[in-house]
Amino acid sequence: MSDDNFARFTKCAVEVLSVEASAIVPEATFESLDADSLDLVELVMALEEEFDVTVEEEELDGVSTVKAAFELITSKL
Amino acid sequence: MTGRVVLITGGNRGIGLATARRFAADGYRVAVTSRRGDPLDDTITVVKCDVTDTDSVDSAVSEIEEALGPVEILVSNAGITDDGLVLRMKDDSFTRVLDTNLTGGFRVARRVVRSMMRGRWGRIVFVSSVVGLGGQAGQANYAASKAGLIGLSRSLAKEFAGRNITVNVVAPGPIRTDMLAELTDDQRQAMLAVVPLGRLGEADEIAAAIHFLASDEAGYVTGSVLPVDGGLSMG
Ligand SMILES: NC(=O)c1ccc[n+]([C@@H]2O[C@H](COP(=O)([O-])OP(=O)(O)OC[C@H]3O[C@@H](n4cnc5c(N)ncnc54)[C@H](OP(=O)(O)O)[C@@H]3O)[C@@H](O)[C@H]2O)c1
Repeated sequence: MSDDNFARFTKCAVEVLSVEASAIVPEATFESLDADSLDLVELVMALEEEFDVTVEEEELDGVSTVKAAFELITSKL
Repeated sequence: MTGRVVLITGGNRGIGLATARRFAADGYRVAVTSRRGDPLDDTITVVKCDVTDTDSVDSAVSEIEEALGPVEILVSNAGITDDGLVLRMKDDSFTRVLDTNLTGGFRVARRVVRSMMRGRWGRIVFVSSVVGLGGQAGQANYAASKAGLIGLSRSLAKEFAGRNITVNVVAPGPIRTDMLAELTDDQRQAMLAVVPLGRLGEADEIAAAIHFLASDEAGYVTGSVLPVDGGLSMG
């Protein structure tokens, strides 16, 4: 995990989910962060913008942790 | 405190303009769209927008965000008619009316709802029509588009309820605007004969209903359809 990319990821998550940066750790689940499906869509849209990538709806299936979301985004860089 | 930012599509005349003036008089920061973008007065920001064009919607909203801040209240009002009996109605007439009245509302709502979500507060009011509730011979395209807005509105109401965004529909009856000027005298008389209150409505009377639904006081009203129609639909 590149620290720089993770910092950018964290910035988006903090903004969209209104949580502390310290809560954004790889093993955190979105459920534990109190993020519902709408939050997740919003987060993905913010990440798409930040990293200049596109994520298809289907790719979000089963993405339930910070680690999974981070890997999905960075796999596209 | 400065007023909330309200965007009214098709706000350069008729119901949209009356609504813009109502909000402006009450201290809201008001932006309207029109297809030509001609200026109105200094209480209302006018931006050019064609609701049938996603890019045009995007840049119009961006322009408003820059000038006034994020849109907190959307009044989706732009609409057209293209009447004709179904047997002679071309595909193009049907799809064009749907594209403006229904898909246009969807495009604008989709564009503004993100900032409403972020702000955890929002109001969306779609201007439908009594014709969307009861149907009208000669207006299959228009009635379909206006009925469609109700399904759209209620779905958005559910989708965004958790973000404190309310979504409602106002369904006007016959209102004295350019849209009605196209009717013949006979058509107008026939229309008045079936309105229990026996007169045409004024654009201000629609503006008042929209203004209420957009207010803080209406915070518990969502997914509703409010007819303002002189009793025509008894909805
Ligand atoms: N008048 C009535 O009796 C009545 C009854 C029920 C419902 N309504 C509904 O109320 C709304 C307003 O009606 P009105 O009577 O005030 O009509 P109007 O005077 O004809 O005004 C229509 C407005 O829609 C705009 N518009 C049309 N096509 C557009 C497009 N593709 N992109 C952006 N804007 C577009 C027009 O802008 P331009 O100036 O650029 O053309 C204009 O501002 C409509 O949705 C109508 O269906 C009216």
